[in-house]
Amino acid sequence: MTEEVYEKKILDRLSDALISFLVKIITLFKKDWYRKNRSRVEEWRLMLYALNRSPIGIAGLILGMMFIVVGIIGPIIAPHSYDFSFIMATGQYKKYFLAPPGTGGALLGTDDLGRDLLSQLLYGARISLVVTALVLPVGIIIGILLGLISGYYGGLVDELIMRVTDMFLAFPALILALALSAALTDRMAMAIANNPYLTSLVSFIFAVKPNDALNMAQTLSIVVALWIVWWPGYARFTRGLTLQEKNNVYVEAAKALSMSSVGIMTKHILPNIIGPLLVLITLDIGNVILVEAGLSFLFGAQMKIPDWGAIVQHGSQYLVNGAWWLVMIPGLAILVSVLGWNLFGDTLRDILDPKTRRSIEFKVKKKKKGEEVTQE
Amino acid sequence: MSEGGGRKPIIEVKDLYVYFYTYAGIVKAIEDVSFTIYRGETFCLVGETGCGKTVVSRTLTNVVPPPGRIVKGKVLYHKNGEVINILDLPEDKLREIRGREIAYIIQDPSSALDPLYTVGYQIAETMIDHGTVKNKKEGFVRAVKLLKEVLIPDPENRAKAYPHELSGGMRQRVVISMGLSNEPQLLIADEPTSYLDVTVQAQVLDLMRELKKRKGLTVLLITHDMGVVAEMCERVAVLYAGNIVEVAPVDELFKRPRHPYTVGLLRAVPNPLTEIERLESIPGTVPNLINPPPGCRFHPRCPHATEKCRREKPPLVRVGPSHYVRCWLYAGKEGGEA
Amino acid sequence: MSEALVKVEGLKKYFPVGGIIFTKGWVKAVDDVSFEIMKGETLGLVGESGCGKTTTGKLILRLLKPTAGKVLFDGKDITKLRGRALKEFRRQANIVFQDPYSSLDPRMTVFNIIMEPVRIHKIHVDDPEEFVIKLLYEVGLNETHLYRYPHEFSGGQRQRIAIARTLALRPKFMVLDEPTSALDVSVQAQILNLLKELQRKYGLTYLFISHNLGVVKYMSNRIAVMYLGKLVELAPAKKLFENPLHPYTKALLSSIPIPDPELARSKERIRISGEPPSPINPPSGCRFHPRCPHATEKCRKEEPVLKEVEKDHLVACWLYA
Repeated sequence: MTEEVYEKKILDRLSDALISFLVKIITLFKKDWYRKNRSRVEEWRLMLYALNRSPIGIAGLILGMMFIVVGIIGPIIAPHSYDFSFIMATGQYKKYFLAPPGTGGALLGTDDLGRDLLSQLLYGARISLVVTALVLPVGIIIGILLGLISGYYGGLVDELIMRVTDMFLAFPALILALALSAALTDRMAMAIANNPYLTSLVSFIFAVKPNDALNMAQTLSIVVALWIVWWPGYARFTRGLTLQEKNNVYVEAAKALSMSSVGIMTKHILPNIIGPLLVLITLDIGNVILVEAGLSFLFGAQMKIPDWGAIVQHGSQYLVNGAWWLVMIPGLAILVSVLGWNLFGDTLRDILDPKTRRSIEFKVKKKKKGEEVTQE
Repeated sequence: MSEGGGRKPIIEVKDLYVYFYTYAGIVKAIEDVSFTIYRGETFCLVGETGCGKTVVSRTLTNVVPPPGRIVKGKVLYHKNGEVINILDLPEDKLREIRGREIAYIIQDPSSALDPLYTVGYQIAETMIDHGTVKNKKEGFVRAVKLLKEVLIPDPENRAKAYPHELSGGMRQRVVISMGLSNEPQLLIADEPTSYLDVTVQAQVLDLMRELKKRKGLTVLLITHDMGVVAEMCERVAVLYAGNIVEVAPVDELFKRPRHPYTVGLLRAVPNPLTEIERLESIPGTVPNLINPPPGCRFHPRCPHATEKCRREKPPLVRVGPSHYVRCWLYAGKEGGEA
Repeated sequence: MSEALVKVEGLKKYFPVGGIIFTKGWVKAVDDVSFEIMKGETLGLVGESGCGKTTTGKLILRLLKPTAGKVLFDGKDITKLRGRALKEFRRQANIVFQDPYSSLDPRMTVFNIIMEPVRIHKIHVDDPEEFVIKLLYEVGLNETHLYRYPHEFSGGQRQRIAIARTLALRPKFMVLDEPTSALDVSVQAQILNLLKELQRKYGLTYLFISHNLGVVKYMSNRIAVMYLGKLVELAPAKKLFENPLHPYTKALLSSIPIPDPELARSKERIRISGEPPSPINPPSGCRFHPRCPHATEKCRKEEPVLKEVEKDHLVACWLYA
């Protein structure tokens, strides 16, 4: 028989190196760790091989990571501030009014006030990132908690929680955001303006000038609105997963050992449903970015802050003037960020399912008496 | 290879190798498998989990699922004097054979039947697909006839029932009737009774014996239950870790098992009619087929293993009339008649 | 004469059909079952699907609450236990499940799986690793298996892990619910021998539930046969096979495929027609009468009671009353 060898691609060697590096760091803190977790490390290795087989997944991961990285360092590497105006700085009105991309110093063009689109996008990335980071964890934690309890206990508790979930699901996010925006914005703006701690906190997190901190109130009211409508989806999904897991024999085995319900939920059910939940969360990141951009598009009448949606909204007025870059480029930024997480989420689903992971076919190089035949 | 007592062969499997290409490595599921099934007999493939018996049955109509691949070998189908290699046939010719000339009965009757359609419809559907009947009406009439043959009471009404309305035993009978609906040349029954209760299993096995006698069927029975083998089969092939280790007529196999695995297997079955002081088990576990043991795959668990067993794989040699063993205990002595 | 460790009296378990509020009927899974399990013995419980044997096992461990009847463990009624007392009971009585592929949490290492009962019952162990390694050796595994995950093991090995898990608490009594039905024959023999050895070593009492009569005969001192929620025959293992009395038992024994072709051809086949009816509306009188070749008018009307017909041999059948 010919000798068949599974050839590791460069990517696989890279991922192996990455894992070895991680293991080394962990063993610095916990000397015994590798011995106790050898199997787990093997699983990670296999998961990364599966990821390496999917170029789309890798592309998605890269784009997704870019969103996070740009979100963090955007404001730092931006060539100008978000409210900097070329027109004000150079006095060249004609040149920098709705300047197309590439016009001296403005890599992506400028808007009607001569503001640099590139810098605005980079600051906007931070805002998108922070909003996502604020909205998701709250929705996830509340949703998962309620879903677990509802699914595990069943009966009346389940009915109650599910009806409440239904009520919240029925809320139209848009109208709720509108109402909350109207109700909360002014009050929040006042609170921020009057409290120096809040002002510096908000301006630090969102990378805006302290004077503009109170303008973040509208964005914050969107965050609150999203908190209210984001958790029901997780509750429903978690409940479904819990109902399935609950029937597994090891849950019954734990009950036979007199394990408490809380113990069973946290130690047996939750770890086993994390996989699908992680996939949902990854796919959801794109959703939050999109919804937030959409809402800020609707509300960003003044565009005091460079929210991506607001940039698009502001720029849309000038489409008639031919300033396509003010709409297309921020739109592209949103698209790419959302797409990245969607693609990665899809691949993640395949990776985390141990069955599909193991049976993904790989390319085998057959060396037959000197002939190299690649068989697919 | 083996004499069929004057009968003509219907399927000849030669030098079959099936590998599964997975992430964890290449699983050598089946290696060097050869056997012949003769017309009119009930041939049994016996083995435990992972021995490859289901994979072998899938190769007979070339339906090995990816990441599995038939790496080498032939499956020769003897039809009207012609000999066709099934593995060489194009998809459309294969479809004519699958379900029609070679039919399957699979293990789990609940997943073999679609819960959305009535039982009669599903039987009719298999016949329409293969052109045995022209339309649904004719199909339904024949379906009722088939249900009668498999001893389902009140077949006219039962044919209108949905699978979930029938019990496990009934469902299995329906699956059997589906297998028989196109008058196949070869019926492959993959663990047809493992999901059934003992008393129901006895009924279904009785039925299969009756049908076989009446219609002169050729049956390939795949099972792990030595009792079923004893009750149903005429010739038996024992599979271990992807290799055929012993082939013999059923009486021979039970009375004079040669391969140490067969011996161990028979001793491990608790026969309720005998007094057993201590059940003898085979130590160890089935090997990992990604890195199977060198030489004879059974050697790590074999009480008679020698250095030769560890190094070289024994060939299949004849040790009696129609009785073949793959073991160095016999291959060296008998002069290795393959 | 050893004493009874487990005493089951008039045990009933009815499951409501159609929800708690709009109950259409009752699935009478276990209907008035009584028997004893002596200390140190293995009582085999056999029957086909739907006969109630698994439900009986779970009722004895209070994994289900009985609809009626009592279960006495070591003299104490455990049917009404709650809280700490229930936990204490569970230390002494535990279960090994049928399916080794789903009875172990796939996300836990072997070490954690076996330590889990110890942690739940807050038992102090000086050296957890040593403790678990000792248990692994008891069941035929070793320390290399300590930090692996269930999917890395074969069915037989997983079952050993499950057994080690129940042994961690040093119980007195174990319900073995078809512990080898999902395993291959060669592995089955290993596990059965292991269970026997552990019983000898620790004086364990077993309730061995199975539908495989050969296995039950090998493992049990006495065997109880259940049909549709009722106990129809109870006898020492050897006697049951040599001289089955109840028509159902006779048919059951005759249905087992015999791993001996000559015997298989020559044996008398007693076949019963049809399939076990649904336990929702069991037949009147003797539940077996619709399929019984000896059914009489009395069988249709009155339910027979379990009676001792020979020494230690009980049957519920009008042929012997």
